[in-house]
Amino acid sequence: MSGLRLNRRKFLGMSAVAGSGLILSGCDQFDFLGQRDNQVRAVLEQANVLTYQVQRKLIGEQTLAREYSASEIRQGQRPNGSTNPSTAEYSALRAADFANYKLTIKGMVEQELQFSLAELRNMPARSQITRHDCVEGWSCIAKWTGTALGPILDMARVKPEARFCVYHCYDNIQTSLAGDILYYESSDLIDAYHPQTILAYGLNDQVLPVPNGAPIRVRIERALGYKQPKYVHTIELVDDLSPFGQGKGGYWPDNGYDWYGGI
Amino acid sequence: MTEQTSHKGKGPLIYRQSIWTRVTHWVWAICLFFLLLSGLQIFNAHPALYIGQQSGFEFDNAVLEIGAVNTDAGARGQTTIFGRTFDTTGVLGMSGSAERPQFTAFPGAVTIPSYRDLATGRVVHFFFGWVFVLTMFVWFLASFINGHIRRDIVPLGADLKAVPADIAAHARLRFHHGRRYGPLQKLSYFTVFFILFPLIVLTGLTMSPGINAIAPFLLDIFGGRQTARTIHFIVMLALVGFFIIHIIMVLAAGPFNELRSMITGWYRASPGTPASQGDKP
Repeated sequence: MSGLRLNRRKFLGMSAVAGSGLILSGCDQFDFLGQRDNQVRAVLEQANVLTYQVQRKLIGEQTLAREYSASEIRQGQRPNGSTNPSTAEYSALRAADFANYKLTIKGMVEQELQFSLAELRNMPARSQITRHDCVEGWSCIAKWTGTALGPILDMARVKPEARFCVYHCYDNIQTSLAGDILYYESSDLIDAYHPQTILAYGLNDQVLPVPNGAPIRVRIERALGYKQPKYVHTIELVDDLSPFGQGKGGYWPDNGYDWYGGI
Repeated sequence: MTEQTSHKGKGPLIYRQSIWTRVTHWVWAICLFFLLLSGLQIFNAHPALYIGQQSGFEFDNAVLEIGAVNTDAGARGQTTIFGRTFDTTGVLGMSGSAERPQFTAFPGAVTIPSYRDLATGRVVHFFFGWVFVLTMFVWFLASFINGHIRRDIVPLGADLKAVPADIAAHARLRFHHGRRYGPLQKLSYFTVFFILFPLIVLTGLTMSPGINAIAPFLLDIFGGRQTARTIHFIVMLALVGFFIIHIIMVLAAGPFNELRSMITGWYRASPGTPASQGDKP
């Protein structure tokens, strides 16, 4: 067993050579971290679970996201992601100016409910001027008007075993060989019942435009932009996210983003 | 241990770096490597920096923009800082070969992953962000208890007075290897530990909407989410600058001795240093 004997000096020299090789050959040796099913990546992703748990411990359930003054609205709300859904269902709704739109609350509720757009607009409204933070890094301040989600969930009487809201959307965010991939998102019930979580139908004192999610978009103000699903038609209460999409709780989480989205 | 006398111009080996200093040093080195490269990946998703709460798309509050433009001579990489535009083709905005140009702000050679993948960049960044912060807690606690902060990090009046002489000594590449750090060393490590590290963590947290709800005062301290993002980037540049000087100083002061002290704790002091200055006999 005398093939390879390392003394400290040799070890240091070899480490230096190995280290500089790592730097010189660029960074593609870490590209394996991009493989969604990689074991090392799975370990690194646990940091997001830790972030969620720590933030939930630190953040009060009712603690509000910062609201800004009207003078901070200096530009239109920049639309991102899908801005013009092309599914037949949505196109038909849009052609009739959403007169036939229905929002469905279903799943683990005592009473399945449906609301027309007029019914939602007739409920007590909440307006909030908040900052929309995109995962890409930009921010935009806008005024959102809508009806709080919490009281609507109460009307449907959420069953105690429900843990998440799944927000189903009309938009085909992606088209694959198997057909349209529809956007969906989910949140825990703390975010769903948060006072600033609204079903928004108004933006900057106007009717919510199509690029921003008409007729209904969910606002979860303590999370990043991809947690604010547009074109929502159904809110489903569930105790498990695995049956939906690829099982990570949302279109973007299925594509590698953190599910919680509070960071 | 018997008193070592300096012969043949060699000083005594003294125990200079505690296990806490050594372990946290290397954990940080790994963290900062991954944080930098995944951070540049995240920056590439929106390669611009702004002042204020929001990114102006209909008004201009950008201080830095990196991108590619079409010109008569083909695509070029362009960087705009405070309204002044520079051609940075090959480095920023556009890189790679003429056949296979790459249109990212920072080239794939300095991002993790090497291709555009914001999701993976964030996974890597937040994992090492956690490790970095937890290591900071360990370092501050251990270094407060074992006296490292008091002895080596916080510059006192005498240290500040000795700065000019220390600058002169550094200019002549004359280093004194003792138990304690020199005045410039103290000042630079103080800046890193008490200014740059806390700043980069706090500005990072200020970009989190959840933390904004928990600690809205951070938005006021840093002047808005986008300003915090800009400061985060500037502190990154400062840490890269520190790293470069750090490596130069290690090479100038004797890389073998410096590396040994950071691996084993034992450091060859200058001739004449009393061995009793070591922590361990």
